[in-house]
Amino acid sequence: MTGTVDAAAGPAGSAPDSADATAPPRAAGPTVEQQRRQARRRHVAARIVVYVVAILAALLSAFPFIVEGIITFKRDQDLYAPGNNPFIYNLDPTVEHLDFLFTGTGFLGFVGNTLLVGGAVVAITLVLALPAAYSLARLPLRWGGALGITIFLVYLIPPSLLFVSFSRLVANLELQDSKWALVVLYPTITVPVSVWLLTGFFRSIPRDIEEQAMIDGYSRLAAFGRVAVPLAFPGIVAVVVFAFTLSAHEYLYASAFVSSSSEKTVSIGIPTELVLGDVFHWQELQAAALLVALPIAFVFSLLLGRFVAGFTMGAVKG
Amino acid sequence: MADAVAVETVGLTKRFPGGDRPAVDNVDLATEEGEYLVLLGPSGCGKTTLLRMIAGLEQPSDGEVRIGGDVVNGLPPRARRIAMVFQSYALYPHKTVRQNIEFPLKAEKIPPDKRRARAEWAADLLGLDSLLDRRPRQLSGGERQRVALARALVREPSVFLLDEPLSNLDAKLRAVARDDLKEFHKEVGTTTIYVTHDQVEAMGMGDRIVVMLDGQVRQVGPPQAVYERPDDTFVATFLGSPPMNLVPRDDVIVGFRPEKALPADVLGERLDGHTRWSLDVHRIEYLSGDRHLHGLATGLGKPTPVIVRLPATVLTPIEAGTTYAFVVREADLRYFDSETERAREDPA
Amino acid sequence: MTATSAPARARVTDREGLLARLMLLPAIVYILALVAIPFVVAIAYSFSDVTAGDPSFDWVGLENYRANLDDPVFRRSLWNTFFFTAATMALTVVIANIVALLLTTDFRGKWFVRFLILLPWTTPAALGAIAWLFMLDSLLSPIDWILWQVGLLDEPRHMIWLGSSGWAKASVIGVQVWRLVPLAAVIIMAGQTSIPDDIKDAAAIDGAGFWRRLWEVTLPLTLPVIAIAVLFGAILTFTDMSLVSVLTNGGPVNQTQVLASWAYIRGIDGGNLAQGAAVAVFLLPLLLAATIGILRAVRRWEVG
Repeated sequence: MTGTVDAAAGPAGSAPDSADATAPPRAAGPTVEQQRRQARRRHVAARIVVYVVAILAALLSAFPFIVEGIITFKRDQDLYAPGNNPFIYNLDPTVEHLDFLFTGTGFLGFVGNTLLVGGAVVAITLVLALPAAYSLARLPLRWGGALGITIFLVYLIPPSLLFVSFSRLVANLELQDSKWALVVLYPTITVPVSVWLLTGFFRSIPRDIEEQAMIDGYSRLAAFGRVAVPLAFPGIVAVVVFAFTLSAHEYLYASAFVSSSSEKTVSIGIPTELVLGDVFHWQELQAAALLVALPIAFVFSLLLGRFVAGFTMGAVKG
Repeated sequence: MADAVAVETVGLTKRFPGGDRPAVDNVDLATEEGEYLVLLGPSGCGKTTLLRMIAGLEQPSDGEVRIGGDVVNGLPPRARRIAMVFQSYALYPHKTVRQNIEFPLKAEKIPPDKRRARAEWAADLLGLDSLLDRRPRQLSGGERQRVALARALVREPSVFLLDEPLSNLDAKLRAVARDDLKEFHKEVGTTTIYVTHDQVEAMGMGDRIVVMLDGQVRQVGPPQAVYERPDDTFVATFLGSPPMNLVPRDDVIVGFRPEKALPADVLGERLDGHTRWSLDVHRIEYLSGDRHLHGLATGLGKPTPVIVRLPATVLTPIEAGTTYAFVVREADLRYFDSETERAREDPA
Repeated sequence: MTATSAPARARVTDREGLLARLMLLPAIVYILALVAIPFVVAIAYSFSDVTAGDPSFDWVGLENYRANLDDPVFRRSLWNTFFFTAATMALTVVIANIVALLLTTDFRGKWFVRFLILLPWTTPAALGAIAWLFMLDSLLSPIDWILWQVGLLDEPRHMIWLGSSGWAKASVIGVQVWRLVPLAAVIIMAGQTSIPDDIKDAAAIDGAGFWRRLWEVTLPLTLPVIAIAVLFGAILTFTDMSLVSVLTNGGPVNQTQVLASWAYIRGIDGGNLAQGAAVAVFLLPLLLAATIGILRAVRRWEVG
């Protein structure tokens, strides 16, 4: 390794044509004081742009929900009168529709079903995916890599195709028209991606800590449970959120395999039960949609940091 | 080369939310034109924050930054005519070496042919000609540093700012890189501010050293001065390896550098102007020909563990477990106030 | 193989090869039983005449496929699937990048804005579609009302958003974009924040202004992540039937059908499982092509 500053180049002097006008002028042109003022102005302008974009983005995203909120409390005569301003209450607001939603429809039942199904699916997903992902990430298997890719490819198999076979399966298991059919089927959607995410996550945790545990006397299985799983917490959060969301949002299987009101989840219940024939109970519909959207969004916002961390680990680096 | 300018900070302060003390506390600094100034201190002393405020990457809570006499507070980095080399070199991973070097010129809207010429001039100066079409991940640590320097050089800045650029290199490479940087500075002569926590680096490279602790400047001066005449015990122990020995005595702390002590019999009878004391040797380390004696010093003040460094030219046999008579020249003794830990004159 | 120190024989929980297989077993069994086999069966169905009423399996060869290719609704579904997804992803990527940039800067009220921006995606697709059903309703649309107030619309005061072929398609694409932008933005944001701060600082010092930094540093370095966002978004759009079902039910007159919704209508509403399967099978090559293409691109764009 030689010292490589090239003294033989003579006096380093100046770069080629640094003396001519292509170099930014210093004496001529804006003074430093002027530049400072310009910089301040630019800074202020940039802040304004940021706030404008923020407000625009927020409005465009939330506009339908704001409208939903307003509609919930509108009287029928107000809502259906042509020419009425939809954004204000031309007649007094009322809670009768909200009331009807809770007492006269199966809405609460839908919510309960959704929570139940979601919780069960999350549990099953974790039980299946966590050990599988750990195995792929840590333990020596010749075909481990290929297996991982295969699992991801499985994710690509569209429900639109599978539901054809599932109809027979559901009939055979005598689960037709039961939410438990969904509990059995939803992990087909959640497990592949969860394994993919968690594998990436486990791979990114340094082996040292688990190896330390094994030196300290724990078996590999115990190291998995006591060390790896707690360390993978952000990834697990990502998977929980993802799996619950998927099962709450799912429409195809819910629509195909559940028909009685008492078994429906919100995703399928609201569009079908609150639209009777051609009559849209708009206020109830909008209220229901809003009531489901808000808590999920709230939880997401709280967990966003963890979710992003889990996703980055799993997807970008995995 | 663009004219070297002086960098000044006046009362520069930076407070971060949640911190209990300012990261940079009322720092007044002034470089000479063309000087190589080193900011030295342990992690957390504020040296990097100070550098970043000079660069324009952080805004000061208080005080001014002046470059070439002009106040530059509020000016974005690109308007300050500075260049910076980061600890990680911060090369654009998706661009070739050539594109990395040309990037600042592109930002200045310099036409392609002139850009090419300038980039090649900078690359040539740093011996990068053969690497121009490689990407950063194909380069060694030393090569990456040179690319970072070329990118900095090509803007013809008035000030170079370097943030611990040698920390990522292994020890052997570091020595060579250090020489390269000094050569580089001699060639181009731009005012350079260099941040490091390594006192050996600081001593070897700086025209002047600024020693910092807890956001404040403890001492400024040429390496020799800061080493020989530290203003307080922190500077005294931070510089020098092994650090200065500090022996408490009444309301004073007596300090002497490990290499300033000699066994008494080396001097024979010529002992005036020297202070006698005793060293009970516990342990001897052999390092690069020197002997480092670890032991307990008595006769200077309270009995205190000290380290004495004997060069290979001192042949006196020393054995662990024995007490020997040692001397230090009185002129080499330093005194610090027990309360303030600041340097003071000999009370005797 | 590791062995524990005291007992001479390794316990199951330490035999790593065995353990690996055991840990994988539940997931593999589940996927085999509930995905692999049904997958093969479904493809077999597409070559049969199975219906809900007549579940006996009779081989009919390519009959279903031929019938589909002759069916104009099927052809329209095929085209729509492709077109809707491409249009949706193109718009989504641009908007999501802007939103991601927004969410990585600091401003007051950021948490609240972030919450609002997340709403479209966290809502179940069907329920989001319900919100838009009202917004685009031919009689009650608030958008129509605003346009009327502003003077862009006069009597008759109604845009038939969902009832006219062109607008219905635009609406489907629009609502998909609305729904996907939050997801894409979050993924892209993850990529943007993983760019080392040093490089951003270096670009600032090198004199790059906002646009140059964006174009020459941020975007090139986040390309792999953007590609992943596109991949996920495309998969979600390809396979989604709920939006189309609820918003337009494929209308008007099957103009907005996509493969997923059409397969459902044939298979469940129509009871003809075999034909439904034949329609859905066409999703596979599209999905596979998109995935392989994007993953290859990601590999190429990864920087060291």
